Amino acid sequence: MTTSTTAAAADVSARARDLLGVSRLSNAALSSWLHGLPGVDQVGCEARAAALGTRSIKTSAKAWAIDAAISMIDLTTLEGADTVGKVRSLCAKALVPDPSEPATPRPAAVCVYGDMVATAREALGSSGIHVAAVATAFPSGRAMMDVKLADTADAVAAGADEIDMVIDRGAFLSGRYLQVFEEIARVKEACGSAHLKVIMETGELVTYDNVRRASWLSMLAGADFIKTSTGKVAPAATLPVTLIMLEAVRDWRDLTGEMVGVKPAGGIRTSKDALKYLVTVNETAGEDWLTPEWFRFGASSLLNDLLLQRQKLRTGAYSGPDYVTID
Amino acid sequence: MAKFEYAPAPESRAIVDLQPSYGLFIGGEFVPGQGGAGFKTVSPATEEVLAEVTDATAADVDAAVAAARAAYEQVWGRMPGGDRGKYLFRIARILQERAREFAVLESLDNGKPIRESRDVDVPLAAAHFFYHAGWADKLQYASLGPDPRPHGVVGQVIPWNFPLLMLAWKIAPALATGNTVVLKPAETTPLTALLFAQVCQQADLPPGVVNIVTGAGATGQAIVDHPGVDKLAFTGSTAVGKMIARSIAGTRKHATLELGGKAANIVFDDAPIDQAVEGIVNGIFFNQGHVCCAGSRLLVQESVAEEVEKRLKRRLATLRVGDPLDKNTDVGAINSRAQLERITALTAAGEAEGAQRWDTGCELPAKGFWFRPTVFTGVSQTHRIAQEEIFGPVLSVLTFRTPQEAVAKANNTPYGLSAGVWTEKGSRILWMADQLRAGVVWANTFNKFDPTSPFGGYKESGYGREGGRHGLAAYVTTGESQ
Repeated sequence: MTTSTTAAAADVSARARDLLGVSRLSNAALSSWLHGLPGVDQVGCEARAAALGTRSIKTSAKAWAIDAAISMIDLTTLEGADTVGKVRSLCAKALVPDPSEPATPRPAAVCVYGDMVATAREALGSSGIHVAAVATAFPSGRAMMDVKLADTADAVAAGADEIDMVIDRGAFLSGRYLQVFEEIARVKEACGSAHLKVIMETGELVTYDNVRRASWLSMLAGADFIKTSTGKVAPAATLPVTLIMLEAVRDWRDLTGEMVGVKPAGGIRTSKDALKYLVTVNETAGEDWLTPEWFRFGASSLLNDLLLQRQKLRTGAYSGPDYVTID
Repeated sequence: MAKFEYAPAPESRAIVDLQPSYGLFIGGEFVPGQGGAGFKTVSPATEEVLAEVTDATAADVDAAVAAARAAYEQVWGRMPGGDRGKYLFRIARILQERAREFAVLESLDNGKPIRESRDVDVPLAAAHFFYHAGWADKLQYASLGPDPRPHGVVGQVIPWNFPLLMLAWKIAPALATGNTVVLKPAETTPLTALLFAQVCQQADLPPGVVNIVTGAGATGQAIVDHPGVDKLAFTGSTAVGKMIARSIAGTRKHATLELGGKAANIVFDDAPIDQAVEGIVNGIFFNQGHVCCAGSRLLVQESVAEEVEKRLKRRLATLRVGDPLDKNTDVGAINSRAQLERITALTAAGEAEGAQRWDTGCELPAKGFWFRPTVFTGVSQTHRIAQEEIFGPVLSVLTFRTPQEAVAKANNTPYGLSAGVWTEKGSRILWMADQLRAGVVWANTFNKFDPTSPFGGYKESGYGREGGRHGLAAYVTTGESQ
């Protein structure tokens, strides 16, 4: 552990104490701060998300949005059956998404389990495409702290640029916010210069109030990104949940001047869906977030649907699934 | 230039088959007027003339009432309810089938965004016909009293803010209960009513059951004064409502009046703030604020006033004002030059009285009638913009300290149509609903309508209810009431 990262962790705690206005960070202090956030009305939140989903994105706007969406994808494979061959193949797809159209943008990152980081790193080389690794006993998060930290450190050592950790939902749901805070802060420390995405598994948090609180808790503990889901729990990403998270990062910037990224993951399969998310980013957090640096999609099949739509805009005709490569 | 600039996404107007001129719909046919002049209806977004319509005279109204009387006595009044229901179901289905045509025509003639005509006006209009179709054969089980019977011929005068929807609110319950109708649409928005007349033909509705006469105030007055009209239903301004009430005083005519409003949208400090902001926007900027139940007075608790104001202005900056036919337009055109002048005059009064004016500064089209979404802060009860109905995209923000003060300010108006309450505390919602003298109280939402839910006002907002069983009651007499 280097001195600078330890100092960074101390900074996070000091900033948290400062934001909360307390001399010592306690569970009670975190509790009253998180529970003091304005509530979310479920019906109103879902109605707003549905209304944003009715925006009609055509012609030049659609072309821009499709390319933006492609460039924001964390192309993901997280299966027990993953092999070196499968991961290399996915990396090749990331490097050349559409062999028929070299101008197609590349996705932002390839997202794999920790043991596949070295393979992905080697395959992607200096292309600029990041390697993201899930860590901290993904997807359940049920392991000892030392194991989670070792999991993180291993992935970073193998060359991961980004770490996607999961929070301990059990601790969150039982109100042990300080434990969740400390876990995130320590994983962040273990990340070193790698970016940390904090997966809240919103499908297990269930209420929008919980999503809002978990978002603020993650940001307070030093998350570079807040992420909806592992993709292993249904429902995964939804538009209303992402709306709540976008409100959180917007309000966090108002409070601290710092930006935090947002990553919906799981269940976003069509271009139409992706465009709804981009509209929601645009009209909630604002256009500063409309870049791969601050907004990502965790997805696999989404890429091919975006490529098909891109071909359609370019050629004027729909091709079909045989005209994009499966990986 | 914005990073993500939405390209124009206009809905095609090719689906609408506009005729250069329209007659009156009397006795199941379009007929020319008897001597009255024609007048033009324009698109408020461009001032383009859409069509010429007939200004119905007293003689035309007389013919329409005669047709309605004949249809009532010979066919509709004696038809079994189940059969009336079949016609209403048929009309409802045709409205759904031709939904896009109605939506485009409504946006053209009224200036409202296609998003609203497509997602609110037309589906709700169809829903009103479906709902009332179901009642047609069940009136004796609707707890209206013993032996519910129709009044006979109903005269109906509707406003320009929701032309087709107000028509549905009026015609569906009248027909379901066995009445026949003479309806006058507003002079600035007659076209969807005339298209509805074609739907009546398409549905094979017996001639004379629905008659549509176009015209301005004099035509409306002729309907109100006609001795052959048994009942009147009016939606519009309080001033005209009072004239109608005076006209029919001492006659046998029944009336329901749905008039103006100056609703309070009340935000407490424990409200779900982001959704409350959406509710405030929906409350006053929906349909350019041309809504009788619009949440035109925002009452916000002082402890969160600054925060709410900041979030509201940020949100308003994302509103897209412009071409009503663009699917991404949030706020369309003001319906008429006269209305624009009224809004302009009242907002000028607001400034003169010392309230702080703010608007989004968005660009407005060069032609047509437009007004930027506007917010006044620092408004007092005594200001005209807190008292008078502006009927435009203008919000007056007032503050309060306690629930009692919120209630007192909310009720301190001659109107009483609607109100909104935003708080996470359920018990406070119930207490407020009990205290507020308003026909509709929305909790943590605003401007939600459903055919099963009665709608209507207190005080100068009118009397009678529309929708639900209460709305049916206005269209029948019973053994008890005779």
